[in-house]
Parts: sequence; C-alpha cells; structure tokens
Amino acid sequence: MKHTISILVENKFGVLTRIAGLFSAKGYNIESISVGPTEDPSISRMTIVTNGDDDQIEQIIKQLNKLIDILKVVDLTNEPFVERELALIKVKVNPYTRSDVIEISDIFRAKVVDIGPTTLTVEVTGKSDKITAMINMLAPYGIVELARTGVVALKREFKGEVYESKEIKMIKKKARQKPENETNKD
Amino acid sequence: MEKSTKVNPNKEFYGKNLTGIEIFIRSLIEENVEVVFGCPGNAVLGIFDALIDIAGSDSSEAKIKIVFARHESGAVLSASGYARASGKPGVVIASSGPSASNLVTGIADANMDSVPLVIFTAQVPTKLIGNETFQEVDIVGITRPITKHNFLVTKISELTTTIKSAFYIAKTGRPGPVLVDLPRDILSEKFTFEYPEKVNLRGYNPVYSAHSGQIKRAAEIINNSSKPVIIAGGGVIASNAFAELREFARKINSPVTTTLMAQGVYPEDDPLSLGMLGMHGTWYANFAVNESDCVIAIGSRLDDRVTGDVNKFAPNAKKIHIDIDPASISKNIKVDVPIVGDVKDALKKLIPLVKNLNTEEWLKQIKKWKEEHPLKYENGREIRVQYVIEKLRELTGGNAVIVTDVGQFQMWTAQFFKFLYPRTHITSGGLGTMGFSLPASIGVAMAVKDRPVISLNGNRGFQMNIQELATISAYNLPVKILIFNDGHIDITRQWQELRWRKFFNEILIDKSCPDFIKIADAYGIQSFRVELTSDVESTLKKALALRDKPVLIEFKTIYEENVFPHIPIGGSVKDMIEH
Repeated sequence: MKHTISILVENKFGVLTRIAGLFSAKGYNIESISVGPTEDPSISRMTIVTNGDDDQIEQIIKQLNKLIDILKVVDLTNEPFVERELALIKVKVNPYTRSDVIEISDIFRAKVVDIGPTTLTVEVTGKSDKITAMINMLAPYGIVELARTGVVALKREFKGEVYESKEIKMIKKKARQKPENETNKD
Repeated sequence: MEKSTKVNPNKEFYGKNLTGIEIFIRSLIEENVEVVFGCPGNAVLGIFDALIDIAGSDSSEAKIKIVFARHESGAVLSASGYARASGKPGVVIASSGPSASNLVTGIADANMDSVPLVIFTAQVPTKLIGNETFQEVDIVGITRPITKHNFLVTKISELTTTIKSAFYIAKTGRPGPVLVDLPRDILSEKFTFEYPEKVNLRGYNPVYSAHSGQIKRAAEIINNSSKPVIIAGGGVIASNAFAELREFARKINSPVTTTLMAQGVYPEDDPLSLGMLGMHGTWYANFAVNESDCVIAIGSRLDDRVTGDVNKFAPNAKKIHIDIDPASISKNIKVDVPIVGDVKDALKKLIPLVKNLNTEEWLKQIKKWKEEHPLKYENGREIRVQYVIEKLRELTGGNAVIVTDVGQFQMWTAQFFKFLYPRTHITSGGLGTMGFSLPASIGVAMAVKDRPVISLNGNRGFQMNIQELATISAYNLPVKILIFNDGHIDITRQWQELRWRKFFNEILIDKSCPDFIKIADAYGIQSFRVELTSDVESTLKKALALRDKPVLIEFKTIYEENVFPHIPIGGSVKDMIEH
C-alpha cells in the first residue's frame, strides 16, 4: 500500500543520507522524496512516498524515530491530508499543435511558463495522479523533458464536519439531549 | 548522569583559551573517563602525548589510563569488553584512514549488543575532506548504519557540545556506539573552554517511564495465567534491574530463562531458572516457552536465535514485551501488551500489581522436564570442552568473568557454566564476532579487579586477534587464556554436517594451526598444554593460582562433536535435536 510520510528533521548535513540509508538497508524503495525548510530555518520538512504493508511501515517509522536528527514522523496515510506535486513539462510543438497543447493545459489549470519555436513548457500542480494524467495527455505530442518535484503534503485540519449555523447546532443539541432527559425522569 | 561530588579538576581551565586537543582531553575528564583504548597514529599523536602528560603530572586528580592495542580492531573490542563489564561507556581513540576503518567490526558488534562506546577518530583537515587526501576515509559515512549516532566536528566551537552529546547518546536509552570524527585542524585551533552541563537534543527523548495503563493490562494477563515464563534479555543488564527481576519472578513464581546476552541476571542455580533458551538453549527452556500461557519478554530483542520460526514461537501464550527501544517491540514477534520504557521502572511498577501466583503444577512439570531432559555429555579420556567448563565453574565457584569467543565452546559455556552474577559472561551475541574474546578480555581486566578474568577461545577465533597477546603481555594483565584446539573450525563444521550432508571441505581442517605454546613463549606468557581429561583440573588450579600474571592453556579437545540441543535455523521446538 502507498504511504505518504511527513518528517520534521534538523536542518543539518547528513540527515538525508541517514534517512535514505534506512530505507535502502531495509530494501524499501522511495517513490518520491521532497525536502525544504519550514517556517523555522533550523527545521526541514521531508515528504516521502513509499510502498509497503502496514507492518513494514510501522517498523520504518519506529526506525526513523530512533534517528537522533529526526524530530517528528507522521504517517499521513491514515488521516485526511492535502498533497500537491508540481511538474514542469517541455512539449514538442509546431504551429498546428501549439493551440491544442495550450487548450489541454487550460483544462488542467496549468500555466505556460516558457515558449520556443518548437517547444512549449508548462507548469502544473496538483495531486500526483492529475499530473500523471496530464503527462499522458501530452505524450502523443512528444515530451522533450520532464521534471517532477515529488509530493509535498500537510495534514488537513478540516475533519469532515459540514458547516452549520448556530441556530441549527442548538436545535440538534437539544434534540440529542431530549431523549436522555426523558429516560432520566422515568 | 553520575555526578561526581568531588571538586571538578577542570574548573581552573574554564574560560581559558585552549587548543582543540586540550579541550578534547578536558572534556574526557568532565565525562569521568578512566581509561581509553587506542592505537597511536600520526593524526592522534598529539592527543596521546597530552594524555600521557596529564597522567604523569601528580597534581591532576583526573588520571586517564591509556591501553595501546596492537590493532584498532583489538582496541575497539577491548573498549567493548570494558563497557560490558563495567557498565560505563568504553572510549576508543583511533587515527584517520585505515586506523578508523579497522574499527568497523567492533563498532557493528557493539551496536548489535547495545554496548555504550564513544569512538573518536582523527580526520584530515576540514579543507581537504573529500579530496582523496593521504589516509582519508569517510568514517562517518562508513559507520552511519552501525552506530547509534555519529558526528563530524566542523567547528571548534561545537567540540564540547558534540562530545557531551556523544556520551549522553551512548549511555542513555538503548545504549550503543557513537562515533565522533575530529579533523586535524580543529584539534590545533584555539577556543575558550567551557563544558556544558546539559545538551539539548530535541530529536532524542528516550522513554524511561513505562505507561501505567499498559502496566495494568500486563498485570491483568499475568494474574490470570497459570504457566508464566519470563524471558530476560540484555536490557536487564543495561538497566541494572537484577534485584527487581528476582523480586518479580519470585512474586509470581515464574520460571526465568535468559538469552545469551543476559546470562547471570538470574542465578542459574535457582530452582526457577531454566538456563538459556533458543537455538542451543536447554530442552526445558524451549519447551516451557512453547507450553506457556504467558510469556513476559524483558529487555530482549527476541531475535531469530531466540525464537526460531516466529509463527511457532510460544503459540499458546499471551505475550508481554518490555523494552526501552520501541523498534524492538513487535519487530519479530507480535505481542499483546507492548510496554516501552526502562526495564527497572517497568518492573518496579509491575511488582505491586501482580499477585502471588500459584504455579505449583507448572513448576512440577518443569522439574520433571529438567530431570528427563538434562544437559549432558559423555566424559572420556580425551578432553571434552564441557568438562573443562564444568571444572572451571567448580574451581571458581562461578565467581569469575568469562569472556567467550564465538564457536561451539561459547554455547557449551552458556549451557554448563551456570552463571550466578550479571556481567560475568562477556560475549559477542548479536554479531557473533570471532576474535572477540582476547581483546575484550583486556578491557574486562581493566574494569574488573576482584574476579579472575578468563578468556575462552577456539583455535581459529584465537588467531583472529592473536596480536593482542602483546597488549596483555605489555600491561601484564592477569587474563587466563584458554584455547580449545580440536584442529577444526567448530561451529561451521556443525552446519556442514547437519545441513550440508557432511560435505567436508579442506578449509575446515586447520592444517596450519600454529604451536600455541611457542606463540605464548614468544610473547613472554607462561603456558600449559593439556591433552588428557585427567590433567584438566590440576592445570586449571595451577593457572588460577597465578593471580597476577597472564597464563595461556591449550586444551587438545576431542574432534567431531556437536552442540546439542539444537534447533535448526527457522525451526521450532518440534524440530529440536536433543542428542
């Protein structure tokens, strides 16, 4: 199963090697990894996407937690989270296909960031599968070069509650309490 | 952790401008280091020179002894022996390049057995790192997967905090080796000396206090069991929880089996003791675990040599696992109640919650097993290792530190010595490092003064670090070196016979085995050769009577002998071969 693991680490040299080493020693493949500083410059966040069954991932997380330079490890897979990836795609174009490519880019809400006589470079963000879908759409035109950042992810604070006005909340609360009060009287 | 009450001999150096070397040595004094193990090399000569300088001055309260090994692989195993016997971190100083890379096996060994070591290596100057400079090796990169943590010091301002962190990490939580790489230019720079009282490692917070909710759940399972078994591991030694373990076992009337690493944490002459379990463990220990309804693993990794086939391990038991390392729990065996925390703390909390269990039936069953399936061997004219071990046990009364190398005799020692005290069986458990015993016994001899130190070796393992005889001789360490020579490589041969259908190979016969008596002579060590069973006792007596000097004894032991009981790799008790 695919797991997205978010790790806060000390922003020091050698930390990436320690983490990568742990994965390679266990024989687990890292599907994508992205690293960057957080709001605190001494701390970096790494987002790792990997595959494994639950036992393997549990062991990996325990081993990651043992590393001295790692501050926090969260497996986002089991909770709601937002994930985004960015890709730059350089597509081969000619005067006849250029508008087609721009049209496809619009559908994916991608931006044209560079244009040349025979190529067009677009920037697209979204979930990994959206990016893969766009790449598949552009493939027939000929992809010259491609760069993907790998996934970055954060936990969602929105827990799935639907917005309700104060009045409705009050009504529902009363409705919930009523039967209890009645049984108490009995 | 251990705060000395005496005046800090370093106080007068606080705030002074010192060189990197001086700061390094003052830091060792701050950490109460008594002895360092090392090999001189170009890049560390300055350090040793300064150490000898301090050791020579009368005024200094802090005297650090230096033991110069003949090979770095010996130095690190000596430090490991010192740490295992004393419980204090072993300190190693090695030079750059080959001197550092020679340490690798000993570091990996300490990492597997959770031994606190702090290893200092010299490095080429910071500006030259990565340039394939003479005697340069990326030792931080090499040792990353085999240390608990490692550091490369890049600024002299970080030197003291790094050393403090290294000692702190090595000895807290699940202990382990920590390496600090010191570039030469840093050692010669100057900086104001100040030793931090605390280090703030925000990513490292070992859990000592066991969760009370989990303890309650464990107590409930224990109180409802009728056939409990305690598996004590090396964590009981690291946590110094011997008294607690005894109290706990005796309160719930549970038999206790130990892993190889934990021998002696529970006296093996006690009726509740089952001796060692696992691949070469006692028949009754393995059967007790198999039949048990409640297995309490304390400070053990439950590795493959202990469990055999993980799916058939203690199939009828509820399993409770106490360990300070969360990653050791449910790694091999799925458990019902995991308890993360210090063994001592967990046992202290558990003891008042458990009942005085009635396990009479269970203990009767175990007693019957012990009578029906004892450990045994046939004695004869030719020497059996088991006989030598039994005699050694008899003559020392168990009051000796036995340092075993790796081989069949290691298992026979585990079976027949009947250890009584913790830290009296020093052995390489996890990595199974041949050539461990001789150098380790040097470190043990530096730590232990009130018990004889006995190094047990096979003919092959002994030759793997044979150069350390010079160290033993040079420091006149009263180690009793026993070599069991059957002219073969033991344990590998056993595998050949049992698994590989007696494909005897030329290599297995030690054709070029040297004359150990002549070797002892060459190093100026008194020696004996014993070829008959009838001479074993008298020779051992003679050797043990020579209290203040090293002695080497070669036993010509019987050839063609296997260690039993034996559970083949990946097997379960059902596959156990008893004789």
